[in-house]
Amino acid sequence: MYTQALDSLGKDCLPAGSTQGSALEARFQARVDADEKIEPKDWMPDAYRQTLIRQISQHAHSEIVGMLPEGNWITRAPTLRRKAVLIAKVQDEGGHGMYLYSAAETLGISRQQMIEQLLAGTAKYSSIFNYPTLTWADVGAVGWLVDGAAIMNQIPICRCSYGPYARAMVRICREESFHQRQGFEIMLALARGSAEQRQMAQDALNRWWWPSIMMFGPSDTQSKHTAQSMRWKIKRFTNDELRQKFIDITAPQAEFLGLKIPDPQLHRDEGSEHYRFGTIDWSEFQAVLQGNGPCNRERLEARRHAHAEGGWVREAAAAHAEKQRARAAQAA
Amino acid sequence: MSAANAADEMKGQSLNAQLSNDARLRYVLRLGDTSLVLGQRLGEWVGHSPALEEDLGLANLALDLVGQARLLLSYAAEIEGKGRDEDALAFFRDAPQFTNLTLAEQPNGDFAQTLVRQFLLDAWQLEIYEGLASSSDTRLAAIAAKAVKETRYHFRFSSGWLIRLGDGTEESHRRAQNALEGIWRFTDELFVADEVDEQVAAAGIAPRLADLQPRWSAHIDEVLGGATLQRPASIPYPWHGKRGVHTEHLGHMLTEMQHLQRTYPGAQW
Amino acid sequence: MTQDWPLFEVFIRSRSGLEHKHVGSVHASDARMAIEHARDVYTRRQEGVSLWVVRSSDIMASDPAEADALFEPARDKVYRHPTFYAIPDEVKNL
Repeated sequence: MYTQALDSLGKDCLPAGSTQGSALEARFQARVDADEKIEPKDWMPDAYRQTLIRQISQHAHSEIVGMLPEGNWITRAPTLRRKAVLIAKVQDEGGHGMYLYSAAETLGISRQQMIEQLLAGTAKYSSIFNYPTLTWADVGAVGWLVDGAAIMNQIPICRCSYGPYARAMVRICREESFHQRQGFEIMLALARGSAEQRQMAQDALNRWWWPSIMMFGPSDTQSKHTAQSMRWKIKRFTNDELRQKFIDITAPQAEFLGLKIPDPQLHRDEGSEHYRFGTIDWSEFQAVLQGNGPCNRERLEARRHAHAEGGWVREAAAAHAEKQRARAAQAA
Repeated sequence: MSAANAADEMKGQSLNAQLSNDARLRYVLRLGDTSLVLGQRLGEWVGHSPALEEDLGLANLALDLVGQARLLLSYAAEIEGKGRDEDALAFFRDAPQFTNLTLAEQPNGDFAQTLVRQFLLDAWQLEIYEGLASSSDTRLAAIAAKAVKETRYHFRFSSGWLIRLGDGTEESHRRAQNALEGIWRFTDELFVADEVDEQVAAAGIAPRLADLQPRWSAHIDEVLGGATLQRPASIPYPWHGKRGVHTEHLGHMLTEMQHLQRTYPGAQW
Repeated sequence: MTQDWPLFEVFIRSRSGLEHKHVGSVHASDARMAIEHARDVYTRRQEGVSLWVVRSSDIMASDPAEADALFEPARDKVYRHPTFYAIPDEVKNL
């Protein structure tokens, strides 16, 4: 679904001065500049590797944690068609998490290590998933806004310099194309429904709008790592560029639904043809990022519980495979 | 033949057709409800499975089952002819009107309980759908032809897991055996035919349950053998889920499943 | 904490007549499970008609550092390509 990643990187992800002048590094940068893909066994600067590991694993964690808020409505979907669509969508998020964990594994980290980091609370995931899905309309709003923002972010990553990540993203983007549409379709049904349903849709938009536009990360003036990531072609557009693009696309969609975006300052600037919007409350973003959002505890707890409860199952399968191997060896 | 006789004859035929139509409706509903209830249960797992890959696997089973339920309930609604559709049947019937097998509604419990329940029902659905492929009811035969492919995979999936759990660690063996002991008592219902089963079998609509039992039993024994699990001694209890008499679990499941439709009657989603 | 199940690489034949192509990887405890996981993860949208899985640790790969030695020497052997040969246009079926 989405990574907001880059702006929460640590110091170790900045290139070390000593290697910057090295011939290897110069050759690496030349390949990146020539739009060649970097593949797993190729030489790469350690900072590049660490940046990718962190970004891809955060992205993978986001997919996995992102299964929870929507999965919350699988048993309560209002029609059988909606139920099937929602299961397929949440399943896709799981698949996307898997593609991404696989891509990260090519960089020399195991899935187990990444999961441990997530469960220990040391790895980040997109803070959008720390908001609750309180009504059915939230499932629509998540598909429309959160997946919409995600797609905006992900399409440029399809051209990322690291081959396995780029290939995973191509697959993900292809599969995600139905996610946003199904979300909008849910919102449309509600907007055209009863007064209660319209209220439900408006309430969901009210709660998801600001968190969605925060998904693009801090403003460019605050974002320290954008320049390096753009040089490495891990990132192709700045946070503010993508945010603006998202708002420009989404505002008319809200109008079509007859819903009001909860920003009194939002208006179309005739000169630039862009929508101007109000000030983002970054203190809320920081609070959620620091673990103090409405559902941070529940989300991590759900992941920990599933992992702990599944331990004996994973062990059983491994033990069975071992027995099979031993039997085959004995028979031979 | 006099006009009066012909009229009598037609009345007799339509009475017969009516009787068999009733049985047909109830039979199709039973199949549809069993798939729906089982699919609903599997949906509870998505996002909480023992491994990421299993989340995808269980979701695939759930999607197949919800898909089967939609086809079967839509067909049931047509047979009924009262203007209802799949959703009216799924969301506006109470537990006593649900006619799924009691086994399908049993709670997920741990992964072993879910997989044992799945395995027993996969083996049953496999026999049913294979039998229905030659049904005199072409609509049902077509639904079964699609479902049987899905069910073959379900059986492969669940029997593979049963073998891994049974022949895995001490703990997994214990859990799998416990799960089997716990829900084996619901298996009698799978093959006890009532008047509905007899009528649809007589009309060539569905296979005779008694004919399916030996093959089901052989499948079960083969996998249990590979899993080093003991087949529990049969403890017959006359469960009647397919006649609407359920365990306490179904009511709670429906409360959750039907919540939106019940709270906002008449709304379109 | 338990170890990850082993990693398998997944190859899919997308249509009959085409070769298998690498698509990604799955973790699985055994080959049977690897096929199931590959099916459940990589063929949700009818992407394939046949699957191969192979343990990632069984794949031998060439070393990028040797790429020059392995692949550069083929570069000047242009006579291996039909376009190397100049044949008058009037001559057909060559």
